[in-house]
Amino acid sequence: MEPILQVKDLNYVYSAGTPFEHRALENVNFTLNRGEFVGIIGHTGSGKSTLMQQLNGLLKPTSGQVFLDGVDIWTDKKTTRQARFRVGLVFQYPEYQLFEETVYKDIAFGPQNMGLSQEEIHRRVLEAAGFVGITQRQLQASPFDLSGGQKRRVAIAGVIAMEPEVLILDEPTAGLDPIGRAEILGNIESYRKAKNATIMMVSHSMEDVARMTDRLLVLYGSHLAMDAPPAQVFARAQELVDMGLNIPQVTQIFLCLRELGLDVENVYTREQAVSLLRRMKEERVHA
Amino acid sequence: MLKDITLGQFFPGTSPIHRMDPRTKLILTIVYIVALFLANNWFSYLLMMVFLVSCIKISGIPPKSIVRGMKPLVFILIFTAVLNLFYSEGGVVLVRIGSLAITTAGLKRAFFMIWRILMLISGTFLLTYTTSPISLTDGLETLMNPLKKIRVPVHELAMMMSIALRMIPTLIEETDKIMNAQKARGADFESGSIIDRAKALVPILVPLFISAFRRADELATAMECRCYQGGEGRTKMKLLRFSRVDIQAFLVCACLVAGVITLASFGL
Repeated sequence: MEPILQVKDLNYVYSAGTPFEHRALENVNFTLNRGEFVGIIGHTGSGKSTLMQQLNGLLKPTSGQVFLDGVDIWTDKKTTRQARFRVGLVFQYPEYQLFEETVYKDIAFGPQNMGLSQEEIHRRVLEAAGFVGITQRQLQASPFDLSGGQKRRVAIAGVIAMEPEVLILDEPTAGLDPIGRAEILGNIESYRKAKNATIMMVSHSMEDVARMTDRLLVLYGSHLAMDAPPAQVFARAQELVDMGLNIPQVTQIFLCLRELGLDVENVYTREQAVSLLRRMKEERVHA
Repeated sequence: MLKDITLGQFFPGTSPIHRMDPRTKLILTIVYIVALFLANNWFSYLLMMVFLVSCIKISGIPPKSIVRGMKPLVFILIFTAVLNLFYSEGGVVLVRIGSLAITTAGLKRAFFMIWRILMLISGTFLLTYTTSPISLTDGLETLMNPLKKIRVPVHELAMMMSIALRMIPTLIEETDKIMNAQKARGADFESGSIIDRAKALVPILVPLFISAFRRADELATAMECRCYQGGEGRTKMKLLRFSRVDIQAFLVCACLVAGVITLASFGL
């Protein structure tokens, strides 16, 4: 696996030197690889949002470094600006940042700031709109006439249009209905597949991260507490609960079954659960 | 970054000045200003100065922060001083530049003018430093109550003021978020000509206005859900009451005004 983003001994202190001093991140180390889908989970105030903003140079680390393709993003002004384009950041409730007259123009804002040619901007806007399922007709509409879920998708397209190699999303499905959630997660996955992009997603839905991600980072009290595949992370259920986090509901059920004396392995997604139950049923029929 | 801006310069505390009723503080600030304009010579100025310094001392506000608050006024101070310096007549001519002359009378006037303005501003600073914005509007509302007789919507004005004050930190936070989101899309607010920078504000201002309207709308709905219908028959959770501190303060200020008038009329 080819590493793309490396975080080394990252520390961040808010309002250093004042009575309001607050250590938001302490000695955080990890590496993101190309094409990986990584989830971040952590209790409110554990430093998730702060960490996200370090990765594309919106916040400067108090100490430690962030390397993009081996180059420190704070080397000079140019590398920092490049990092903003190469590491796309989608904030929470991104629909509140829409401002243009038409959806097309809003999606084109990022590529325009990159200084691309008109044809290239046009191509990227259409492609980004395609990824999130925005139709030709909607491109010419005002973003303020769209529904909440559509606005969210336009805002995500605005970041995707910059074709970032790393796409970071802060709770992209917050406040959406189940269909809207599934659609957005599908959109993200299709972007990852098409561009071999790295995705980093903050989420409070353990079901979503269990199903989507290859690896999970767990933040607790400004430290990186765990960095492992979901299966290993959710196997430490009690620790997660102590950190104020949860495990997927289906995992809870299977843990209960095991406590009741049933010999089942750990399960993290609904699909796994279904196939496991089928297998057990068949075994019983044959026995 | 934007969060570092301090708004409303309220310094929480428990000094007698903090504990005073906001109405007392408002009235006495006006009395103080009147006394300041009655003062016209060295002794009356000194008396005012002693009063001001002891008030600051009692309030426990660091004098540094009062001095810091003066910084934006340096230009006005210099401007006033220069005007008074050149446009006063009488006294001995000290320097002459063309038709302009600096006289001893001018010098004296400029000096007193600056002194007066400085005392005026530090006195009013003391009011905002020791009174929270909410209790200040509360006090204003009660003081303006008689205006209701001539159909001035006093309660509504006070409510609007409290809501505006309440919303400032929220909007600052919102601005910060929107700025970060647009920066993440490569928006650049720091370089380019003035026109470029003004244009760069559009991606911030449009979402900010929309969210301000949305919040106003939500707040209005929430208030209506709780049957808010203006000041009619509305009672207060915190009733304003005059206490001993207030009576003492009134007495001290009465003495101050009497003293200043005496000193000023004797022309000492």
